[in-house]
Amino acid sequence: MSVYQDAKYAVSDAACAALTPVTPDSFGQFCPRFIDGFFVTVELLVLSCALGLVIAISVAFARLSSNMFLNKAAFVYSYVFRGTPLLVQLWIMYFGLGSLGAENLGFLWPLFKEGWTIGLIVLTLNTGAYVSEILRGGLVNIPKGQMEAAVATGMSWFQSMFHIMLPQAFKIAWPAYGNEVVLLMKGSALVSTITVLDLMGQTRTVFSRSYNLEVYAYSAVLYLILAGMITLLFKFGENRMKTG
Amino acid sequence: MFELLSFGDTGWGDDLLKGVVITVQLALCSVALGFSLGLLLAITKLSSFKILRWTAEAYTLFVRGVPEFLILLLVFFGSEQLINSSLAAMGFEATVAVPKFAAAVAGLSLIFAAYSCEVFRGAYLSVPVGQMEAAEAVGMTKMQGFLHIRMPQLWRFAIPGLGNLWMVMLKDTSLAAVIALDELLRVAKVAGEATTNPLLFFITAGLIYLAMTALSDILRDKAEKSAQKGMASS
Repeated sequence: MSVYQDAKYAVSDAACAALTPVTPDSFGQFCPRFIDGFFVTVELLVLSCALGLVIAISVAFARLSSNMFLNKAAFVYSYVFRGTPLLVQLWIMYFGLGSLGAENLGFLWPLFKEGWTIGLIVLTLNTGAYVSEILRGGLVNIPKGQMEAAVATGMSWFQSMFHIMLPQAFKIAWPAYGNEVVLLMKGSALVSTITVLDLMGQTRTVFSRSYNLEVYAYSAVLYLILAGMITLLFKFGENRMKTG
Repeated sequence: MFELLSFGDTGWGDDLLKGVVITVQLALCSVALGFSLGLLLAITKLSSFKILRWTAEAYTLFVRGVPEFLILLLVFFGSEQLINSSLAAMGFEATVAVPKFAAAVAGLSLIFAAYSCEVFRGAYLSVPVGQMEAAEAVGMTKMQGFLHIRMPQLWRFAIPGLGNLWMVMLKDTSLAAVIALDELLRVAKVAGEATTNPLLFFITAGLIYLAMTALSDILRDKAEKSAQKGMASS
């Protein structure tokens, strides 16, 4: 972990050393803060994407299962998280459940103490709901015969799902999934309202000190760079999938 | 505990209801303004002027890559500074406070415009070119063709996308709570702080949002079905 921390500091130092001479003073002065916030946003994004994908796959399976209870539970989960604002979800967890305190939450309390962990949990659950819907759309669009053929060749249900169905569902859902990741990145800015110093959190802190609007412009540029990187990554993936 | 949600002097029910009204007003105003801006943007994007087209492209790229929250704060703080500095430039010694509602409408409609213009453009391009050629062949002018052939069909393609954007807008109005506009979420926050029972009020607010999006979902389905009336089902 400390190796990672050191690497982050090294990148931050190098980036700021390179950027400070060529950018206005109002940026250079707070450069380490912006870069630090940028890292926090990227970390939250990567972790919530990965964990959210696990949830999304499980929920998509549950939505397609013939077990009525699983089916309904998965539907309610994805409907509730897609039907309420992300900000409300964050505040229910952090200010709402968090207000119950250590004595009521017991072993869960350490999770609720930190804005960062709540932010990660809520972003994960939120994206899990949206991605499960995207994946379900991909899965139902694959001809049923493929699953039957896979099972007929002796594959188990899970093998057929992971080797035959999911790869194709991902191919169909890829562009929509890329859009969702960008939306998640944009939504992650809301964790700044629960004390997390992500890029937006740092931006608001710097703005409250200088009251200089340029601060928001710098932050917007950094978010645009991040959005561009995500889009390129997904374009790259799309091209890779086209081969063969 | 639930008497806190009752109407009247002791409960917060009426305050929450007022919050709901402001939320709905905010969403409707922003959608109306954003809808017009979006149409304008779509026309710009389909125009043959390169500079206009690129400006519109750049604008949508910006909005789609920058958090809604940041845009809202930028508009909120920016409009105030812009107005005050231009007043100062004109020689007036006054500081004007931009109403929060207006700032929120401005921010949200700018966002809605960028997303809806893509929906409009997609819908415009979905009407087969052959139909427009046919319209011209029977002697319609370009304008007539647009009004009588393209426009009526445009909605069929635009309604699902616009319905989605309406629901996104309903949820995005909650961001106005951060600039202390007294909409639903903000009322819930204030009530939670005053009664030291934030969980109850936030969950209530969440359920109200859920009810509003569920209702929108049903209405969108209906609108989609009626738009598809008479079409061969695909």
